[in-house]
Amino acid sequence: MVHSDPGDRAMITRTQRPGLGRLAAAGLTAMSLAVLVWTTPAAAADVMAQLPSATTATASKTTTADHSKFKELEGPFATGPEVTEACLECHTEAADHIQQTTHWTWAFDHPVTGQDLGKRNVVNNFCVATATNWPRCTSCHIGYGWTDDKTFDFAAERNVDCLVCHDTTGNYKKFPTGAGHPTYEPKEFPPKSGNVWQPPDLVKIAQNVGPTSRETCGACHFYGGGGDAVKHGDLDSTMARPSKALDVHMAPDGLNFQCSTCHTTGSHEVTGSRYVTKAVDRLGIDVPGHTDDTRATCESCHAMTPHEEAKLNDHTDVVACTTCHVPEFARGGKATKMWWDWSTAGKLNEEGKPFTVKEGADVIYDTKKGDFLWEANVVPEYRWFNGAIEYTLIDDTIDPSGVVPINTLGGGPDDPDSRIWPFKVMRGKQPYDSVNNVLAVPHLFGKDESAFWGAGKFDWIKAIEAGMQARNVDFSGEYDFVETTYHWPIVHMVAPKDEALECEACHAENGRLANLGGFYMPGRGDFGWLNTLGWSLAGLTLIGVIVHALLRVVGASRRK
Amino acid sequence: MAREVMFTRFERLWHWTQALIIVGLAITGFEVFGSWTVFGYETATEVHQILAWLLLGLWALAMFWHMTTGEWRQYIPTFRNMGAVMRYYTAGIFDPSIEHPYKPTRKAKHNPMQRLAYLGFLVVIMPVLWITGLLYMFYNGWEALGLGFLSLGAVALVHVMAAFALVIFFIGHVYMGFTGRPATAYVKAMITGYGHDHSEGETPSTGRTRPAE
Repeated sequence: MVHSDPGDRAMITRTQRPGLGRLAAAGLTAMSLAVLVWTTPAAAADVMAQLPSATTATASKTTTADHSKFKELEGPFATGPEVTEACLECHTEAADHIQQTTHWTWAFDHPVTGQDLGKRNVVNNFCVATATNWPRCTSCHIGYGWTDDKTFDFAAERNVDCLVCHDTTGNYKKFPTGAGHPTYEPKEFPPKSGNVWQPPDLVKIAQNVGPTSRETCGACHFYGGGGDAVKHGDLDSTMARPSKALDVHMAPDGLNFQCSTCHTTGSHEVTGSRYVTKAVDRLGIDVPGHTDDTRATCESCHAMTPHEEAKLNDHTDVVACTTCHVPEFARGGKATKMWWDWSTAGKLNEEGKPFTVKEGADVIYDTKKGDFLWEANVVPEYRWFNGAIEYTLIDDTIDPSGVVPINTLGGGPDDPDSRIWPFKVMRGKQPYDSVNNVLAVPHLFGKDESAFWGAGKFDWIKAIEAGMQARNVDFSGEYDFVETTYHWPIVHMVAPKDEALECEACHAENGRLANLGGFYMPGRGDFGWLNTLGWSLAGLTLIGVIVHALLRVVGASRRK
Repeated sequence: MAREVMFTRFERLWHWTQALIIVGLAITGFEVFGSWTVFGYETATEVHQILAWLLLGLWALAMFWHMTTGEWRQYIPTFRNMGAVMRYYTAGIFDPSIEHPYKPTRKAKHNPMQRLAYLGFLVVIMPVLWITGLLYMFYNGWEALGLGFLSLGAVALVHVMAAFALVIFFIGHVYMGFTGRPATAYVKAMITGYGHDHSEGETPSTGRTRPAE
């Protein structure tokens, strides 16, 4: 295929390569489509748009193995782990791979800061922490059965969930409170909602496995924080099939990138983690022999000087790509959560029952969780960032007199490894131990006596007691609420280039970087003293010559 | 004493083109700095750069002209008669009966104050603007040029300071242009090229003369 349409480039990416093979296999009709592809670029783009993506059910036809022909996958399968056992008969090392990853351990030993991170260790300002809330949280674990931290067997290979990432049917769903299992019988969720989840057809799903896709990654990552669009701001369900305006790379009618196009993998290890954010990638374009083994940075494909206009390239040493190219986040039509105030949780209505308040489609109060604020089309906040993030962990003393940072960004204007990055800043109020001055981790989920959402009936003391005990941290018995911030780097929802920020967005007196100090930026009124001094001197000069001119006029008239 | 071409065609072309470009550079440059908004930041930066290259080109021609004609000697500073000239501008000028103490000739057409002011413009203000301006333009190449120690803020600061110096020069220069007798005499000379050559008994340096009015 030798035309110069953007669709052309899509074909050389991994996700699109099946196009040619599939055309050949599909017979005469496809042959005529292929002719179209050869002849007109515009038609080629149309054809590409009509072709199923590599991650749909037909993907198996493009591979050398048709999983529907495997005896091992004939079933029947009663549970997810049974499917995994079948997978591992051929993919003998796959479970071992997974078990080395953060997707499995939820633990991340930071190579630079030495902090113990990962979902099992960090405290956030959404549902606060995973400990004691396992079955709810682990509905997004890449395994089966993590109902309890003490009993879950991290070494058991059958506990790995292959399907959640490799399903191509779209019918495999982990049940929200199932500790990673799908439901195996019709079951209602949320409780009393009338919304009944049907058990998935595990045989059909197993026979149609394929590469990961926006849909499979999104099944968890679009729903972080307990619901669609809640957490990241730049990842929500609209990114499964984004328009070009929403994401210029991932639009199915455009380049059709999948997550793994950039988040390249090796041995099931997915690259591009927020815990080790690369704030600047000077290695530039990755090719064999010149690569850091990931395409997770923009520079991996675009290099450090991607603009035709030299003046724009002058920015890349101090401004991250996404600062201009993701002008706003939560642009897909879904609002993201910007404020979560736990301190108001636990109110009951006149009948003494928990309740929720909605504003449009968004829940703005929930007895279980407190008050929320949601925003769509959000202008990011901008910070200097060198990729280093320090977290405030459960054993770190906090200063409750101010706003407590859940994470603190490294870098500044004088650090050559720093650039100005866009962030979603999640704010809220969350419980802390008001005597020991540490962040509190409440036991929320469960039916037991201490569960905040269960029989504990919104009793913070019981919930915090149980949560802290599970993390082996002393609880003084007294709590209060403290305001916190959590910075989320914005990297997705890359807009088409003509929608990137204009110069004036920042180079203006009240521009987007108005509050970012410590460096000179033209156009926003820096060196205001020089402006005042310079124009004052110019003004004095002007007055001087005017006075001089008047004296000349007076002198001339006197002589007459 | 004769009416003679004091400012050659090239000199006048240089002067007035430069004046126009400098006004354009000031309007756009102070917008880039943040003093005002006229065209919008993006347009201002683009126009500022184009004008800067135009002026650089013009300067290359002007340098060549000054060197080959020897006209650069017009700017050699001198303090001879400096006191008299200063007294004239601060006092004598207000009395129409007092004449300008300096009598320009074709070979020395600038009075000592002019010489100093133009020299300042030519060898201080403008070079500072060129150097800092070019540095500003080639910001991405600093590291490769071994100039990594520079900061944009420092370069911008010096550039803008020099720009303010030029603004002050500009105001003074324009005003002084109207201090002839009659007031428009100097401006007229700069436009037509013809002015009074006070050299006596000398052969005019160019062949073109015309009688005094």
